[in-house]
Amino acid sequence: MLTLPRFEWVQPRSLEVLLDQLAAHPRESLVVAGGTDAVPNLKHRLHEPRYVVHIGQVEELRFVRDEGDGLHLGPLVTLTRLTREPAVRRDFPALARAASLVAGPQLRNMGTLGGNLCLDTRCTYYNQTYFWRQALGFCLKKDGVHCHVVPQGKRCVAAHSSDTAPVLIALGAEVEIASRSGRRTVTVEDFFVTDGIHNNVLEPGEIVTRIFIPARSRGMRSGYQKLRPRGAIDFPMLSVAFAARMRDGLCEDARLVVSALAARPRTVGGLEALLKGKPLDEPAIEALAQSAYRQCKPIINVAYDDDYRHEMVPVFVRRTVREALGLPPRAPAAAGAPA
Amino acid sequence: MSPRKKDMAIPAGRTMPSEERLTPPRWGEGRTAPPNGEFSVIGKRNRKIEGLAKVTGQAVYADDIRLPRMLHAKLLRSIHAHARIRAIDAAAALALPGVHAVITGKDLPAYYGIIPWTQDEQALCEEKARYAGDAIAAVAADSELIAEEALKLIRVDYEVLPAVMTIDEALAHPENKVNEKAKEGNISKHVHLEFGDVDGGLARGDVVVEGDYWYEGSTHTPIEPHCCVADYDPSGFLTVWSSTQVAHYLHRDLARVLGLPSQRIRVIQPVVGGAFGGKSEPFSLEFCAAKLSMVTGRPVKLLYTREEVFYAHRGRHPMRMHYRTAASRDGRLTAVDAKIQIDGGAYSSFGLVTTYYSGQLLTAPYEMPAYRFDSTRVFTNKPCCGPKRGHGSVQPRFAFECQLDKLAEAVGLDPLELRRRNLMGADCRTVNGMRVTSNGFPQCLDAVERASGWQEKFRRLPYGRGVGIAGSMYISGTNYCIYPNEMPQAGVQLKLDRSGRATVFCGASDIGQGSDSLLAYIVCEELGLTLRDVRVVAADTDLTPVDLGSYSSRETYMVGNACLDAARKLRHEIAETLSHRWGCRRDEVVLANGLACSTRDPKQEFVSAQEAFQLTEARIGTLGSVGWYQSPKLGGDYRGGTIGASPAYSFTAHVVEVECDPEIGFVEVKKVWIAHDCGRALSPVAVEGQMEGSAYMGLAEALLEAQLFKPAAPHHGPGLHDGPSLLDYRIPTSLDVPEFISIIIESVDPEGPYGAKEAGEGPLHPSIPALANAIYDALGIRCDALPFSPPAVLRLLRGTDARTRWEKARSQTAVEVRRPC
Repeated sequence: MLTLPRFEWVQPRSLEVLLDQLAAHPRESLVVAGGTDAVPNLKHRLHEPRYVVHIGQVEELRFVRDEGDGLHLGPLVTLTRLTREPAVRRDFPALARAASLVAGPQLRNMGTLGGNLCLDTRCTYYNQTYFWRQALGFCLKKDGVHCHVVPQGKRCVAAHSSDTAPVLIALGAEVEIASRSGRRTVTVEDFFVTDGIHNNVLEPGEIVTRIFIPARSRGMRSGYQKLRPRGAIDFPMLSVAFAARMRDGLCEDARLVVSALAARPRTVGGLEALLKGKPLDEPAIEALAQSAYRQCKPIINVAYDDDYRHEMVPVFVRRTVREALGLPPRAPAAAGAPA
Repeated sequence: MSPRKKDMAIPAGRTMPSEERLTPPRWGEGRTAPPNGEFSVIGKRNRKIEGLAKVTGQAVYADDIRLPRMLHAKLLRSIHAHARIRAIDAAAALALPGVHAVITGKDLPAYYGIIPWTQDEQALCEEKARYAGDAIAAVAADSELIAEEALKLIRVDYEVLPAVMTIDEALAHPENKVNEKAKEGNISKHVHLEFGDVDGGLARGDVVVEGDYWYEGSTHTPIEPHCCVADYDPSGFLTVWSSTQVAHYLHRDLARVLGLPSQRIRVIQPVVGGAFGGKSEPFSLEFCAAKLSMVTGRPVKLLYTREEVFYAHRGRHPMRMHYRTAASRDGRLTAVDAKIQIDGGAYSSFGLVTTYYSGQLLTAPYEMPAYRFDSTRVFTNKPCCGPKRGHGSVQPRFAFECQLDKLAEAVGLDPLELRRRNLMGADCRTVNGMRVTSNGFPQCLDAVERASGWQEKFRRLPYGRGVGIAGSMYISGTNYCIYPNEMPQAGVQLKLDRSGRATVFCGASDIGQGSDSLLAYIVCEELGLTLRDVRVVAADTDLTPVDLGSYSSRETYMVGNACLDAARKLRHEIAETLSHRWGCRRDEVVLANGLACSTRDPKQEFVSAQEAFQLTEARIGTLGSVGWYQSPKLGGDYRGGTIGASPAYSFTAHVVEVECDPEIGFVEVKKVWIAHDCGRALSPVAVEGQMEGSAYMGLAEALLEAQLFKPAAPHHGPGLHDGPSLLDYRIPTSLDVPEFISIIIESVDPEGPYGAKEAGEGPLHPSIPALANAIYDALGIRCDALPFSPPAVLRLLRGTDARTRWEKARSQTAVEVRRPC
């Protein structure tokens, strides 16, 4: 079977010791919680760290606190727990739904929210064995200089593939980051950057210590839809998250996030002009769908061709918004007609 | 009946084996009848005998075997699709601590191949690599990790050659020769056969439906990857444990390639975790593990990674097919004409047979007055294709059953009725000379029609939902062994012990389908034992008589018959003993449930099975018997006419119901009704499992699976597998599987054991065309190319006036379709 590379196994039991380890070896440590992403990547030699730092024993990172200012989630909360947590199901059902759509039950039992947020980007040319990548010619994300997706490209376009992140962005969530030298907080939206090689703002030595969804997002209408070939296991080929605060049938605030297309989830722009103070009726939904279609440009970095994934953007936007509003997936007029 | 053109089935100077055939024993009560008037084990829902060991994790698979001082081996594989190997420098690898040996093509130069006439493979490529992943060198080391690190230190000097990636490239560029053993360009095999007046039949037909089809390649994905442990002991005796489904053929080829006498080799097949045809010939790993064991004097294990299983492949051939199907106005076939191109990959494997099967296995269950096929298999620089469940005939069956659906529409008939009008019936010959005995296909059609509510659904469901139907037939074993010989195809030895236990020895290969259990059921039925009192020793060339292995759906029929004879011989001796004791007739002795008694006075005249065995042993000596099976002379009287000949054919009909999401192109199979004529279900649970598993596999090929390869691009050459992992190569999860309704049809074959025929491969065939036909009913699009992926379905919906066609098909049904009364 595929072998693991040689590394030293480090298992700190407190955040203090963990941060010491990361500070001592910032570039040589790979943080592992559930291991569902890191272990296959190690076997594929995508990571070749000197230290594999298992954080599963750091109990300070495992918590769910439903408080007045919002919901505080520890990065070690498993995806399974996220799908069952009453506060999540009540206030942020789209997050529970997104977590429930990750991989399969065994992987959700092991996989954590922090791990899902920090999931390495994925690409059909990258998530392969050492032999395969060598035979093809190593790519610029690991061991090589060329991009096989965009042959002239100098920048990695591997796809952000987390299911929970788009929902967290739509809900205006924040993430707390810690290192030996202190703590900082950024929005989940700003957590990600458009670099497929390393698509978040974590510096060497830093780790995610808390995810926070503010109280003002409670009661938002939210939805999450994922395009994938099978009913389980698959990473998204396209994902759409939507959240809106409605008052008296009118939209006060809304966010639409489209992901799994590029290194960074795309927050669709111009929603304020489109929706603010207006009802979320069929024309509004259609305008959202078309706006997302114009702003998203898929490339062939994961399965399915780019044209198909592009065509699916408006379809999945409509379905996500309708899910958020408690409507059936398709408007009655559109039923039966090829899109 | 005679072919118009000479083909090249057998090279000049070779003949098929003697037509002298052993005659199996005739039993007064016949082969199909229960020994005691009614069955007590056969046909009952018994457990598989090895089931508990498997679910408790105690079954020993090849990778569970750990021998003292065992080394681990890894293969170095080509990074190019086509490249000459100028030099290999393994000095640095050999110098790595923990590395014990490196071997290359020069160490194993002999060519091998499952078909004796097309031996074109070497365990390690000597001159050139023919696909990305072809094995070049092997390393034995203390651990897998060290072996892997050693691979990175081996320097190969390649001269990259132009690669041939498609059928068209293979035909257009004969100068870019993939396989030097090919006589002409990149042609692996060409077969042209014609039966009856095809051109006349095409001209006579009132309707001619013409269509092009593409069947994408797919691989087997058994959950257990290939694994082998080899141990060459100091006395010069080699033992090989391998996850094979053909221990006997492996035994022969190990002797050839290693240059050892075959009587100094023992091949053992441990428990196998699925094969589906993917383990039905020798692979590099067995030769390399054995050679490395001979070189190092230590046991060597070689376990393929999942990625390597995709390179070993031998999966379903991609086929491009063109069909012309002619019929009279009332829907009766007048002629069928097929032109088929087959993408074989880099080697021959079973390709000779595949090429024949692509044409030969289409001629039932429908009467064809005239039939022609022209099939060409080509070599390409890709992993070698071979036999996958339903070898060679799944692809043509897809095309042909879609043709029938189009034909039905063209003549305004319900497709079920069209099929009924062309039924061939039992005890007849096909247009290509195959003998058909039992035939339950009409009952299969009736069963799926009734169970699915066909008449209420076909052309009556709302847009997006639909039903489709298809039928098929398949072989129960082949008429000849793969290498010419006059010996039986299956052998069984049976030993009875004074303790009351029976032990069955048989070369049969249980790959999960249940052949071990089948042997136990038959012995229990004949000797009146309970399942706990029978032990099966299988697939060990030292201990068991030869059976050719688990391929061509031959085990139930051939091994079952051999076992029936072995058990019946002893049953007769026991009955003889007891009839003397009780003074009754032999047929008044009953053996059942661990007891023997007379029917005259069962309360007084009874003994335990153990006593019965002891009394018999005292009368005639140590108890043992043998049974064997050899099929009768079968097939058409022309060159190649024996390929596709089988002692019995199974038949299947499917109705598939789908619900499609036309907005995103997703096709969801809601329910499949499968009716399969297996002659007699010796184990209904096993038969149903095979029916469901087959339908599952067919639907997976239709909707998800595709063995694809990267074309050349600015920064890389062509030919690398698109994604050799179970994440990229998608097989359905439990959430993607529809409801299956399995209906067993028992036509009771006159020559099968208790009337049984195959069930392992036949039920796969109709699932794909039935699905394609259901999609047409649902959306008005014809899916003529696999896989029916969401982008492909959406393209079809956009590219044609699908909605109009859908509505037209509806209205035509309302007005014109004549339904059966």
